[in-house]
Amino acid sequence: MTEPVIGEPLVVGAGVAIEYDGFRAVDSADFVVRRGEKFVLIGPSGCGKTTLLKAIAGFLHPTAGSIRLDGVPIGEPGPDRTVVFQDFDQLFAWRTVLDNVVYALGVAKEMRGEAARERARAMLRLVGIEAAGDKYPHQLSGGMKQRGAIARALALEPRILLMDEPFGALDAITRSQLQLDLNAIWRETGVTIVLVTHSIQEAVFLGHHVAVMSTTPARIVETVDTSAAQDMDTPEFLRLSHHLRSLLITPDSAHRSVQTAVE
Amino acid sequence: MRARVHDPWLRLPAPLRYAIVIVVLLSIWQAYVSFSHVSALLVGSPLDVANQLWTDVANGKIPAATLHTLQTLLTGLLIGALIGFALASLAVFSSVGRDLLAVLTAVLNPLPAIAILPLAIIWFGLSDRSIIFIVTLATIWPVAINTDTGFRTISATTQMVARNLGLRGPRLVVDVLLPAAMPYILTGLKTAWAFGWRTVVAAELVFGVAGSQGGLGWYINTARYYLQTPQIFAGLVVISVLGILVEGLFSAVESRTVVRWGMKR
Ligand SMILES: Nc1ncnc2c1ncn2[C@@H]1O[C@H](COP(=O)(O)OP(=O)(O)OP(=O)(O)O)[C@@H](O)[C@H]1O
Ligand SMILES: [Mg+2]
Repeated sequence: MTEPVIGEPLVVGAGVAIEYDGFRAVDSADFVVRRGEKFVLIGPSGCGKTTLLKAIAGFLHPTAGSIRLDGVPIGEPGPDRTVVFQDFDQLFAWRTVLDNVVYALGVAKEMRGEAARERARAMLRLVGIEAAGDKYPHQLSGGMKQRGAIARALALEPRILLMDEPFGALDAITRSQLQLDLNAIWRETGVTIVLVTHSIQEAVFLGHHVAVMSTTPARIVETVDTSAAQDMDTPEFLRLSHHLRSLLITPDSAHRSVQTAVE
Repeated sequence: MRARVHDPWLRLPAPLRYAIVIVVLLSIWQAYVSFSHVSALLVGSPLDVANQLWTDVANGKIPAATLHTLQTLLTGLLIGALIGFALASLAVFSSVGRDLLAVLTAVLNPLPAIAILPLAIIWFGLSDRSIIFIVTLATIWPVAINTDTGFRTISATTQMVARNLGLRGPRLVVDVLLPAAMPYILTGLKTAWAFGWRTVVAAELVFGVAGSQGGLGWYINTARYYLQTPQIFAGLVVISVLGILVEGLFSAVESRTVVRWGMKR
């Protein structure tokens, strides 16, 4: 299988600081997301991962520094940066799963009628829930809802797909399955992905680069190249996991909870 | 508590259970009138009432009065609901709109709409426009307050998804805010219906006193004037039955919307 090509920088954050009413959540963060890669943000709970992701999406704006997409500062949220949230309630409850995707296509891509339905069906097929297209979100399992949200986000052909712990609330089996499926989807679409996670295993398995964040105010401590470790049984995978672990957990900060279990 | 399956009464189908209760109650009522020698001018027996209902439905009096009342009520309700939605939408998008809604509801909501009737009569005369006006006033606030609450309790995630798609303005309201707030909006409309219903009947009673022709309130008042007690009861029965039908209508709408969407069981 031909892997998508990872290219030049797509999103560049330089000295990014983000504040909530004077409370500094992210402080002088520098990072580079390359076109076509899977970029992972990992860090202790409450450090500012979601905050940084929302800033890339355009929901929050840096109080210092800048985040640029293809050289242009990020503006308001838009369908070129679709977000998959951690919550299970992100599909519109009043539309079937298929209609959620069809509706998004209509709003964001002016695509309607049979063309939109065809594309929506293809997306549900891609994430493996085509059979559930006519169900309402409340009739789906948590994992299926996340798949539906991923299908809707991907259908809009975003320049970048932002995922905030999309598998965080799922059981270990479903989570592993979705990790594999996400890799397959990435190979098929070549979409650039920024993914937030708590799990070191997930970070090394999915990421080409893993940016490790410190506690609040969060900086990016180190960006680790994990592109060589996609196979869990290799020594390289273990070595990188240990390295990330040592960055995240230092003996004097044992209270910083990071999920390290290998699921 | 007894387990449900062992209760023979509960094994009967629900419509039959209700029918039995109704028949028993009606029989007691009939027995009271037949055997207590109470004056027919005070209490009509169920049979008299049924007779009267039959006559006045057949001669078109009740259908005409019902239609008249419903027309007035629906016109007022429609205007009131639209203004209520508009106020709630304004309150979502601007802080001035929010304060406007807060002040208006604080001042006007506590006023029983029927208390505005004298003023309405001065402005609009003894016409249906007066009644429509006060029905509108009775229905704006329940719709506005509930819709506003509904809008404000929409989850942050839903709002972010909508912004992410690039939705804003009227399309955001119609496509996302309205359906997301639907449980509250239906509650608002139900309350508005109940307020409007009471207001319209009360106003028609007053108009009946004033001798103006019209709906069910007028029908009841005319009956009182001629001491046609069974007719008064017939009017009450119609009002009650209409209430039950509307309740059923709301249930049907709910099961097609908020229940189907998993927002309400
Ligand atoms: N809306 C807000 N207002 C004020 N402070 C906030 C807000 N959202 C987050 N914060 C604060 O910013 C910091 C970072 O929060 P953020 O949600 O980005 O953490 P996170 O890394 O995503 O955590 P988790 O892994 O638990 O999801 C926290 O200290 C949090 O209390
Ligand atoms: Mg978070």
